[in-house]
Formats: sequence, structure tokens, C-alpha cells
Amino acid sequence: MFRFLLKRLALTIPTFIALMFITFVMIRLVPGDPIEVRKGERGISPERLAQLRHEMGLDQPVWKQFLDYANGLLHGDFGTSIISKAPVLHEFLTLFPATLELTLSAMIFAIVLGIPAGVIAASRRGGVYDQTLMGLALTGYSMPIFWWGLILILLMSNTLGLTPVSGRVDLIKFYYEPVTGFMLIDSLLSGQKGAFLDAVHHLILPMIVLGTVPLAVIARMTRSSMLEVLEEDYVRTARAKGLSWARVVGIHALRNALIPVVTVIGLQVGGLLAGAVLTETIFSWPGVGKWLIESINRRDYPALQGGIMLIAGIVIVVNLLVDMLYGLINPRIRHAK
Amino acid sequence: MALLDIEDLEVTFRTSSGQFRAVDGVSLHVDAGEVLAIVGESGSGKSVAMLAVMGLLPWTAQVSARRMAFEGRDLLGLTARERRKIIGKDIAMIFQEPTSSLNPCFTVGFQITEALRTHLGLDHRACQTRAAELLQLVGIPAPEQRLKAFPHQLSGGMNQRVMIAIAIACNPKLLIADEPTTALDVTIQAQILELLVKLQADTGMGLVLITHSMGVVAETARRVSVQYAGQKVEEQTVADLFRDPRHPYTAALLAALPERAVGRRLPSIPGVVPGQFDRPPGCLFAPRCALATPLCHTTPPPRREGALCHYPLHDGIAQGHPGRKETAA
Amino acid sequence: MPSDLTATAAPAPPGPLRAFWRAFRGNRGAVMGLVVVSLIFFVAIFASVLAPHDPLEQFRGFSKLPPFWVKGSDPRFLLGTDAVGRDMLSRLMYGARVSLFIGLAVMVVSMLAGVALGLAAAFFGGLVDVLIIRVMDLIMAIPSLVLAILIIAIIGPNLTNTIVAVTIVGLPRYVRLVRASALAELTKDYVTAAKVSGVRKFRLMTVTVLPNCLAPLIVQAALGLSDAILEAAGLGFLGLGAQPPTPEWGAMLADTRDLMISHPWVMAFPGLAILTTVLAINLMGDGLRDALDPRLRRS
Ligand SMILES: Nc1ncnc2c1ncn2[C@@H]1O[C@H](COP(=O)(O)OP(=O)(O)OP(=O)(O)O)[C@@H](O)[C@H]1O
Ligand SMILES: [Mg+2]
Repeated sequence: MFRFLLKRLALTIPTFIALMFITFVMIRLVPGDPIEVRKGERGISPERLAQLRHEMGLDQPVWKQFLDYANGLLHGDFGTSIISKAPVLHEFLTLFPATLELTLSAMIFAIVLGIPAGVIAASRRGGVYDQTLMGLALTGYSMPIFWWGLILILLMSNTLGLTPVSGRVDLIKFYYEPVTGFMLIDSLLSGQKGAFLDAVHHLILPMIVLGTVPLAVIARMTRSSMLEVLEEDYVRTARAKGLSWARVVGIHALRNALIPVVTVIGLQVGGLLAGAVLTETIFSWPGVGKWLIESINRRDYPALQGGIMLIAGIVIVVNLLVDMLYGLINPRIRHAK
Repeated sequence: MALLDIEDLEVTFRTSSGQFRAVDGVSLHVDAGEVLAIVGESGSGKSVAMLAVMGLLPWTAQVSARRMAFEGRDLLGLTARERRKIIGKDIAMIFQEPTSSLNPCFTVGFQITEALRTHLGLDHRACQTRAAELLQLVGIPAPEQRLKAFPHQLSGGMNQRVMIAIAIACNPKLLIADEPTTALDVTIQAQILELLVKLQADTGMGLVLITHSMGVVAETARRVSVQYAGQKVEEQTVADLFRDPRHPYTAALLAALPERAVGRRLPSIPGVVPGQFDRPPGCLFAPRCALATPLCHTTPPPRREGALCHYPLHDGIAQGHPGRKETAA
Repeated sequence: MPSDLTATAAPAPPGPLRAFWRAFRGNRGAVMGLVVVSLIFFVAIFASVLAPHDPLEQFRGFSKLPPFWVKGSDPRFLLGTDAVGRDMLSRLMYGARVSLFIGLAVMVVSMLAGVALGLAAAFFGGLVDVLIIRVMDLIMAIPSLVLAILIIAIIGPNLTNTIVAVTIVGLPRYVRLVRASALAELTKDYVTAAKVSGVRKFRLMTVTVLPNCLAPLIVQAALGLSDAILEAAGLGFLGLGAQPPTPEWGAMLADTRDLMISHPWVMAFPGLAILTTVLAINLMGDGLRDALDPRLRRS
């Protein structure tokens, strides 16, 4: 198990190096003068240009520049935003909790509804439940979530007035210092009445919108994995013991069926972050997704460069964690040398 | 009263290319303390028939029978819940592939104690003690440690022993062993068979032993039923069957035994069991039968003298066969 | 009764194509998907004939009209008009053309590149394999839309670049699929037999192995088509895809955000068009998968 992990860890190193290389190359490919691109200014005088070039190390050979860049990254230097002049890492870390809160709740929403839906569909194969659930799942899977978000806002917020349209909490009614960065926790810590409920209200629509696609994927995967497992010999053995159907499905089959589902859940992390870009834009959710789009619109390339590096890093690390989890629920891997 | 009593069992599968009858009018009965062997080639419907008894067939299967009773209770009429009280407790089954028949995600101990908890309602302590005892009984050394092992950490033979331990956990009255040794090494095969026969003798349970091998039949069973393409072609006591097989198929099976071979070459039965797409209209064995006549090819045979044959053998002579001089016209 | 059943129930085993079509036809959803997809294709191809108006023409004084079943509509604009008075129905029809064009272009390029890279990885192994797989891993490590945004940021937003970005983002799935099925096929006896009999490498790759990887590739292509359409619409919505006034469904949606509350129809239709198209393709893709997978076909 340990060696397996170590091997997995070693495999991510070339990916990271390649990632550094790509982001390094990217900022050089952006049309326009490299200094102007990086400073966000136009028409810099030639003398100042030379000085800046030297300051930024652009007069060095390319391989030296790359090593400097990589070295900077390893020391937490992800560049400086043109607009805010703040270090990219700092900006990212300030905004990331909002994204994390959103993606985590969306994932929980998707898992909590998706797995039971898949199990029910599989154990009622071909029946009304199966067809309805899978029809819904396919619709969810095919959903353009940016439109889905708008529809939900129209329905829940404007027509029914149930939920707020944007943001994480009503800033006019409530104000408190961020402690953890998670609005749900901070609102509780603040002790202000109604703040927590308000935060939940704000979270609910973005959570549903972002969770829809993973929910559909998990439900479909659980169902097909379950159907496959239900044909296995050991399920027959479990039934031959005279166990209840619920126990056969819920314990013997589900445990095995979950193994591929965990992988799929892990693979959803990238999709969730991609979806977060759209969801945050629609709901004005102050997270890294919205920030990334804004960076593009403002031509803040250093921010874009650092942000993408960080997001990719997170996805790689999460996939590593999923592999570990995979080993935990699958004894055959746990015991493999 | 017979322990298990089946009359005219039929199992039909719905497949995308039509109906397929895997078991066709099989009747058999097992008494308490008796060993019944079922032999037949691959695909002859042995497993399907027994799975029908257990109620373990997939949903594509339709089961019907004139009678299917366990200790006088009709099994077909039971609700799923009622049947589950019998299955795993009074009737237990072990399967061909021990390793894939055990759940890879749970320890051996968990899988044994599960049956105990479900049917006997034992508490955790009692379960552990009993499980260790069971492992001891099926000949697994160091049972306490083995309880914590996962199936993939044990050999195939060990796993089959575990399967047997699971099956006999609740002292069943009937054990169905579906080719329990086919997937194992030859040396292990003998051990497992010995174990099964010993357990059967000690506990006095009924045992249905499904096998390909006439050799196994000779060593273990008292009565034997021969199945071919979903039909029971013959049933006799083992001694009678070996001495005087009635059905040409049985005769051919026996002739294929190495110790019975007369010439220098081992005789074999040409061809294969008919499947869904090549079922002959008459006797199902006719295409492979050395004695087949035009009648055999066109008309399904009657059951005569315990064999499903137009011309059952008697001391090696086909009764009523037109091609033979000895025919009693 | 038993005997006559056994006598009649002996049909010939169906051939692979027949069996496929039979399985596909038996799947009501898949057939429905196929019908809808064909319809959308028809509309896209004949948009210039079918559309009542020019999709770019702005009818002054007719802006923000509701669809025909709502009061205050104009029979000349069946599905109403958008903020600047362009006919919604015509724009949707031309939008189908844009979306399907993007989807198909992405699909074809991905298939070609995916097959080439996947087979190369499987056959040459060693450094080539490692290199290809690493690059694909890298692409997969960056969330699809984020990577697409990055690419668009470099090469600029327009229709062609949308195709480029979406292709790159989706490529790993094709490559991995082809590589995995080629590797699985390579271990089989018929490949060994072909090798032994001296079939050249290129021929082995294309003629012997590739046809046997086709089934999963076809399924992937169908699902890849719908993914590409969704992805492109997402980019369009963010303003990074096809640029206005191109009638692209995603971009049409982005235009309507301010009108959403007062004129929900303007927003409803483009999204519905995306959903319907993608759903129909996915239904068809699911049907393809089930029909091509013999394990699932049995019952
Ligand atoms: N789920 C199923 N759907 C369709 N046909 C089936 C199914 N299960 C079994 N069959 C068919 O039923 C026939 C009898 O199968 P069965 O497993 O009972 O044979 P068997 O005598 O046990 O053979 P073996 O010695 O190989 O175990 C076979 O032709 C098989 O193809
Ligand atoms: Mg069998």
C-alpha cells in the first residue's frame, strides 16, 4: 500500500513539471509585448522597457528563466496580479474557501442523492423507478448548467422569492470577519441571529446547479456498476445465505459497486472546478472561478497563469487522495505489494 | 417423506433471441441422509435446476414445476421472505468457483458469521467462536487468524473450505454442492470430496452432488441421475448404473472412463450438447448417438425402463432396436 | 407443449449487425434520440430554407416579442424576437448549424488525432507511450473549461479557436480509449498470429487491430459530440466562444441575462435548444453503447 502510494506520488512529479512548463510557455504565447502583457501597461518607453526586462529576468537565457520560474513556484511565488498588485497566491487563497465551500457542498449533494438513486434504479432494473431516475439522470447529465442556473434563479428567486440571487450572504444585514473562509461556519461563529440560515439560503441554488452534473454521473455510474456486481458469484452466495434483499444489495453488492464509483467521484473534481467557473459567474459567487474569468477579461495574465497552476495542482492532489481512498475500500489493492 | 421432491421442473430463459429452455421436465428426489449425484456434460442444466430450487436464478428465468417441495413444503408457492428462512439455513449450496463466490471486500470471518447472525441470531462472541469452530471442522488450521483473512489471501482450496463452512454453518438438512471440485487442483479435489462425504456422514444431511465425473459418482453417491441438454435421461442406483446403464448416453459416458476402456484408444462421445440454436426435433441425444434411428431424429423419446430413450439398453442390448437381430419383435 | 416449443424455438443466431440493430431498436429512448438528432441535423442543414427570416436582421419596433402562444405576440415571429428585434426561431435554426458544426468538427478531429496518438502509444510503447500518456494526464489535470479558457486566452476567441480548444480538452479520452483497447487487443491470439505471419506494423495497427477497437470508439464519439456542444456553448456563454452576432446558442443566452426577468422567453429557448440537442445525442449514445456491448445485450 505504501509503496503503491509512493509510486503514485512519483508519477505526479513529471506532470507537475510539465504543468510548470506549459504555464511558463503560455504567458510567452499571449499576443503582445511580453513586458506589456505582464505589466498590463501600454506604450512603455524603451529605456524603462530595458530596465524592466532586466528586472524581470527576461534578458536571461530561456532555460534560466524557466528555472527561476520553477524555483519561484516552489517557494510559493505564483506571480503578481496586474490589477490588484497583490501576490497571486494570496488572492487565490482568499477566494478559494468560497469555491471550496461551494464545490464540497455540491459534491456532498451529488453523492448523497446520486448513490441511493443509482442503487434504487439498479435493484428495480427496467421498472418505473429505474426509467424515471435514469431519465432524470440523463437530463441532468445533458444540462447546460449556465442555463439551469438562470432557470432556477428565475423560478426560485424571482417567481417564488425563496432564495437570494447572488453572493454568499446578505452583506447589508450581516457583517462579520472571515475566520475560516467558509461562510457556513463563519456565520455560526459570528453568533448573529439568522446569519447561518441566510448563508444556507445563498448556498442552496449554486450547490444544486453545480451538483447536477456530478449527481447524474454518480447515479448512472452507481447503477451500472451495481448491475454488474449483482451478476457476480459472490452476490449469489450472499443470496444463498438467505440474507434479505436489502442486505444483499446494500452491503454485499454496494461495497463492491462503490469501487468504480469512488474513481468517478474523484474524476468529477476537475469537472466541478470547471463547473464552478460557470456557477460562480452566474451567482456572483466570489470564488476563484469568477476571479479567473475576470482575470481574462482584464487581461491579467499573471493572475491567470498562477491561478491555473494552482487549480491544476489541486486537481492532481485530489486525484492522489482518491487513489488512496480507492485502496482503502478495495482490500485487493490494499494488500498488493 | 422425501427431503427434496421435484417433479417436472422446467426452467426457461428469456433471451434476446427468444425463449431457451435450460431445464426440461426434470424430476428427482433426495431423502434425508442420502447422497444423490447429478452428472452430465457442461450445459446440461444441472446448475440451473439446483439454482431453481434455491430461488437464485436471474429475473430472466421462468421456473415451473408440477411439484417442488422441501420437507413437504411447496417451495414455488413461498413468498421471498418465507423462502429466505429456508435458504441458507435448511438448504445450503456451494458453487463451482470458490474464489469468485466469496465477496472480495469482506473478511472470511464476516462472511461466515453473517449466516449465523441471520438465521440463528447469535451474538458477536458466539458467532466468532462458532465460526472458528466451523473453520476447524472444514480443516483450516489456525482458524482464529484465518477469520481475519480476505478471500484473495487464501488459495482456491482454502476458499472452497470456507464456502463449505458457510454452507454448513446453520446445520442444513440438505446441501447442494455444484461441482465443488472442478476449479481445484487434482490433489485438492480429493480432499474436498472426502471432507464433504465425511461431513455428510457425520451430520446426516442430504447431499446433492453435481459433477462431470463418473469417477466422483462411483466414490461418493448411492443414487445417480444423468442429465443431458436439460433433460433427465436416466436415474438408477450407482451400482446398477455402472453395471447396466440404460441410456446410450450413460453407456457412452461410462465407456469414456479410463479404467473401463477396452481398446488402446479412449472412446469419446463425438459432438457437443445442443444449445439454443441447434436443438434437434426428436431425441436430443440422437445427433451424437451411435444407435440413433430415423424415429430418434424425428420423435421425442418416451421414458422407458427409467431411461428417456426409444430403445433403452438392457445389458448392453438396445431393446426394440430395428437394426439388431435380437430385437423382441 | 414442451416438445413443440423445443421444435420451434430453434432460430439461427442473429448476425452481429442484425443483433446490433435489433438491440438498438428495442431501446425506445435511443430511437427517440436518433429521431430528434436527425431532425436537428435536418434543420441545421436546411436552415437557410426553413428559417423565416435572416438571423441577423433586426426588426425595429418588433423587439422582445413573446412566442406565439403568449398574448402580444406577432404571427410573423413564431418564437418571438430578442432584445434587438431578431427573429428567435431563425436564430435558433442557424444556431443548430453552428453548434452541430462545432460538435462534428471537434468529433472528427478528435477521432483522427485520438486514433493516431492512441495507436502510436500502444504500438511503439516506451518513450512514445510515456510521452503521450503524460501529456494526456496533464490535459486531464486541468479542469476542461479552465483549460479551454487558457487556450482561448492565448489564441483569441472565435469559432475556429473554439473548435481547437474544445478538441484539445476532450482529446485525452479518445487517446486513452484507443490505447487501452489496442493494448487489450494486442494480447490476443489473432494479433500474435498476424505478427508471426509477418504482417507489417502499420498494417497490423490499422487493418488488424483498429477495427476491433471501433465499438467503444463509436460510443465515445457520440458522447464526445454532446460534450463538445456543451463545452462550446459554455465558452459562448462566457463570451469566449463564437462572437456576436453569430447566432450561437451559448452566446445568445449570455445576451439575455438582463432581460431574463422581464422577458424569460428570450432566455428559455436557446437553453432548451442546447438541452434537447445534447439530451438526444446522449440518449442515442447510450443506446449505441448498450447495443454494442454484448454483455449488456443478453437480457
Ligand atoms: N442466465 C441465463 N440466461 C440464459 N441462458 C442461461 C442462463 N444461465 C444458464 N443458461 C443456459 O442454461 C444451460 C444450462 O446451464 P447450466 O449452468 O445449468 O449447465 P451445467 O450443466 O451446470 O454446466 P456446467 O457443467 O458447465 O456447470 C446452458 O446452455 C446455459 O447457456
Ligand atoms: Mg454448472
